[in-house]
Amino acid sequence: MTQLALVIDLNVCVGCHACVTSCKEWNTSGWAGPMVDENPYDGSPTGTFFNRVQTFEVGIFPNTETVHFPKSCLHCEEPPCVPVCPTGASHKRADNGIVLVDYDKCIGCKYCAWACPYGARELDEQQKVMKKCTLCIDRISDPTLSDRDRQPACVLACPTNARLYGDVHDPDSEVSVAIRERGGYQLMPEWGTKPANHYLPRRKTQMHISPDELTRVDNPLRKEDLTTYTGEETLDDLAW
Amino acid sequence: MHPAFSVIFLTTLLGAGQGLFLAMFTGQLYAIAGFVPAQDGPFYGLGSFVALFLLVVGLGASFFHLGRPERAWRSAAMWRTSWLSREVIILPALMGLLFIYGLAHWMNWTAPWFSIGSTLEVDATLMFGLLGTIASFALFVSTAMIYASVKFIEEWHSTFTVFNFTLLGLASGFMLAAGYSAYIGSPLVPFFGTWAVVLTIAGFISRAAHLMRNARLQHKSTVQTAIGIRHNAIVQKAQGAMGGSFNTREFFHGRSELTVRMVRNVFLVLVFPVPILLIVIAYLIASTTLPIIAFLIQYVGLIAERWYFFAEAKHPQNLYYQAIS
Ligand code: SF4
Ligand code: SF4
Repeated sequence: MTQLALVIDLNVCVGCHACVTSCKEWNTSGWAGPMVDENPYDGSPTGTFFNRVQTFEVGIFPNTETVHFPKSCLHCEEPPCVPVCPTGASHKRADNGIVLVDYDKCIGCKYCAWACPYGARELDEQQKVMKKCTLCIDRISDPTLSDRDRQPACVLACPTNARLYGDVHDPDSEVSVAIRERGGYQLMPEWGTKPANHYLPRRKTQMHISPDELTRVDNPLRKEDLTTYTGEETLDDLAW
Repeated sequence: MHPAFSVIFLTTLLGAGQGLFLAMFTGQLYAIAGFVPAQDGPFYGLGSFVALFLLVVGLGASFFHLGRPERAWRSAAMWRTSWLSREVIILPALMGLLFIYGLAHWMNWTAPWFSIGSTLEVDATLMFGLLGTIASFALFVSTAMIYASVKFIEEWHSTFTVFNFTLLGLASGFMLAAGYSAYIGSPLVPFFGTWAVVLTIAGFISRAAHLMRNARLQHKSTVQTAIGIRHNAIVQKAQGAMGGSFNTREFFHGRSELTVRMVRNVFLVLVFPVPILLIVIAYLIASTTLPIIAFLIQYVGLIAERWYFFAEAKHPQNLYYQAIS
């Protein structure tokens, strides 16, 4: 079974919000109608977004790190938001595992939003229905698009390639390899929701040099060198 | 969570309505057994219609909770998995049963259908009363399970939620039955009053236990598990929106800790000791107005109780919305 998902690399996300704006642009101009924006140019702008980038500071000054954290529906494999929906508007597609809301059936009771531990669902204050990331279902299932374009808008927009997209059930897909080899993890594993989206951790690029790597113990020149050294420059210093 | 008054009124009015109906039926059963004087049909009939009225108002309040009330009929579809859907089915069923039960009493349709043994004659009122009782308890359970089944809202995910909804609903219903009997001068006031006091005490035990459990609650989710970073010091610096979002409006009560504590203390006083005291005094001085006042005060207290029930619950999504910038 296919389970489409995103893998987000926190190591390279720079927090530019390109995914947020391209997501909003694509989905607000789509077939499902606009996503509300209230006071967009005023003091308290608020609106519906499928995707948000948040920022956390880890550590205590001066040893801090800034972590930008893109957050959207994780298309859980055991989505707690689906069984609670009284109308059946919330559903998980059998063919690709994407969790969707049927905007024509949703009554806006918000129960599914209560039942998502990640706060991934937002009620559209104009249409009064529940909205959430669709993984750009209208792009990725559109055969008229080229292979390159048949990806979620956020993935195409990311300038640092922090967003990988693919089938996490296919062990050889780019996303599965990334999860396996680069320590991909899930959010709030304690609830058994099995999010399909994974995150790749931050990592520091460090060089480990042990002392014996600084002195070449088997330097052949040393074998013939009969000098007794008293702290001056040695052959090792010159020959390396 | 943000306490929505639509849901507060829905759950409290439904509880009182179900409780009042169950009080009427309990009265009828006790009368059949000969423990209390039997009342004439319109007594039970009118009582059931009052209960029905409360259910209708409660249902009306619930529509204000929906974004798209015109599609509410769709919500009966997923009864296999959703407690909300189950509630949506049981509520109209109970309304229908209540209406027939009330009507049967009102019209004195008491010709026995059959009899069990030589003494118990089963007529329409007994039959529909029984069905209504089953539906009432099913409704208590489904209403409470809407909240209790969400496992990561840990304050709610407890059997206490089901006990509280049931016991407090029953208590206010019997309180109303006492007020109703006092108002129309029926001799059943002490009967309903005693039950109301017993149920209120039971409700207090359950609610207090729930409060104590929640006070000790350790939430499973932390900001560490929320973003998956292992460090003791993690502070949010931005949540991706400046003017708030659905997530900040729906999941935070937005009141000070002091207000929340005050509401808790208010309900602990108004729901439990005051109505009990009033019922006792009413019994001593044979007052006909005090039971009604007792019900009203308890109902106001229950509104505070439900408000606190929502405000107390901390949703794990709040971990992602700690700071605007
Ligand atoms: S992230 Fe939330 S909305 Fe998305 S599938 Fe999981 S539980 Fe449902
Ligand atoms: S808000 Fe809509 S999608 Fe969510 S549970 Fe209610 S009907 Fe289902």
